[in-house]
Amino acid sequence: MEKNKRDWPLWEVFIRSKQGLDHKHVGSLHASDAEMAIENARDVYTRRMEGVSIWVVESKYLHASNPDEEGALYESAKSKIYRHPTFYNIPESVGHM
Amino acid sequence: MDNIVDLEKHFQDRIDAEQRIEPKEWMPDAYRKTLIRQISQHAHSEIIGMLPERNWLTRAPSLNRKAVLLAKIQDEGGHGLYLYSAAETLGVTREDLLDDLHSGKAKYSSIFNYPTLTWADMGAIGWLVDGAAIMNQVPLCRTSYGPYARAMVRVCKEESFHQRQGYEIMMALCEGSEEQKQMAQDALNRWWWPVLMMFGPKDDASANSEMSLKWKIKRFSNDELRQRFVDMSIPQIEYLGLTVPDSELKWNAERGHYDFGEVNWNEFWEVVKGNGPCNHQRLETRKKVYEEGEWVREAALAYADKQQVLRESSQHVA
Repeated sequence: MEKNKRDWPLWEVFIRSKQGLDHKHVGSLHASDAEMAIENARDVYTRRMEGVSIWVVESKYLHASNPDEEGALYESAKSKIYRHPTFYNIPESVGHM
Repeated sequence: MDNIVDLEKHFQDRIDAEQRIEPKEWMPDAYRKTLIRQISQHAHSEIIGMLPERNWLTRAPSLNRKAVLLAKIQDEGGHGLYLYSAAETLGVTREDLLDDLHSGKAKYSSIFNYPTLTWADMGAIGWLVDGAAIMNQVPLCRTSYGPYARAMVRVCKEESFHQRQGYEIMMALCEGSEEQKQMAQDALNRWWWPVLMMFGPKDDASANSEMSLKWKIKRFSNDELRQRFVDMSIPQIEYLGLTVPDSELKWNAERGHYDFGEVNWNEFWEVVKGNGPCNHQRLETRKKVYEEGEWVREAALAYADKQQVLRESSQHVA
């Protein structure tokens, strides 16, 4: 039984909950190939009509930003408040803009 | 910020500020270990919990009851999956987790080591066992580790149907013949105390509680949740016209809670140690099923490898 045991690879599952919305990460599962990953995702993640479309991607192909670089990546946006519409004062009499 | 004291302080500050901790972020080793232990124990409980109910699947009293029970058991398998996946984000493999379950190193909820003797047990389990699980799990939707919290949100959404279908089974029995009502009472008598044990040892005897509360893995103590469960259950039991098997149960107006008798902690520890009525049977069934599935897992991989080779060779031709 112990002979070169290989686990089924891990897949990340993304579901589109309804037509017109983005696919959203819902969880992960093990499966031997993409076809089985989609079938299993259907069985576990859409039993209560949670989705109309499924994406699966093998977890090893998913690249993530490094949480330790949080500061370098996201701090600088904080000072750029002029990127938000509320930064600008427009008189009410101009109407909706 | 690289010395361990600073890291730990920063970590605790984030916890105190109700920030969720995500995979790959720095966390104390003990936090990681506690989570792996708790989440995997929880996952094991979900899949072992399928076994006592499986016992009644082929003997459900109607096709409708059978479909419902099947759906519930399938949910439990799904819950196991969500939780194993959450544990895997902490750097353990599924294989390791299952090995620990099969070797007896990892525990699962002691409740599943009791037998399911009659159909009424399907009612009592859904209503009380899943009810107690919900009581434990709702606060876990806000637990400090992100993937665990997200898994629990999914679990809790699905669990509510389990409790209601169980109570409905009890209602049907209690509205039936005298014999059926007796069956419901017998199930309540057998499950009531083991269900109260599901909340774990008393606070002063719970080894892991203090740190878990500090790290906001747990949100309420074992005794708090047990009290809440008793308070919630009594009106439900009264509605059914059944009797709580506890002579010390009494409303305490001063506390605004029910007083109740002492759980038999000797029995609890015996079951935890492996000496409950069904510990051996549950683990043996689990191991047997896993071993018998080995060839399926291997065959699926062999098929995937073969398809991969076929795809690659057809790409070369093209």
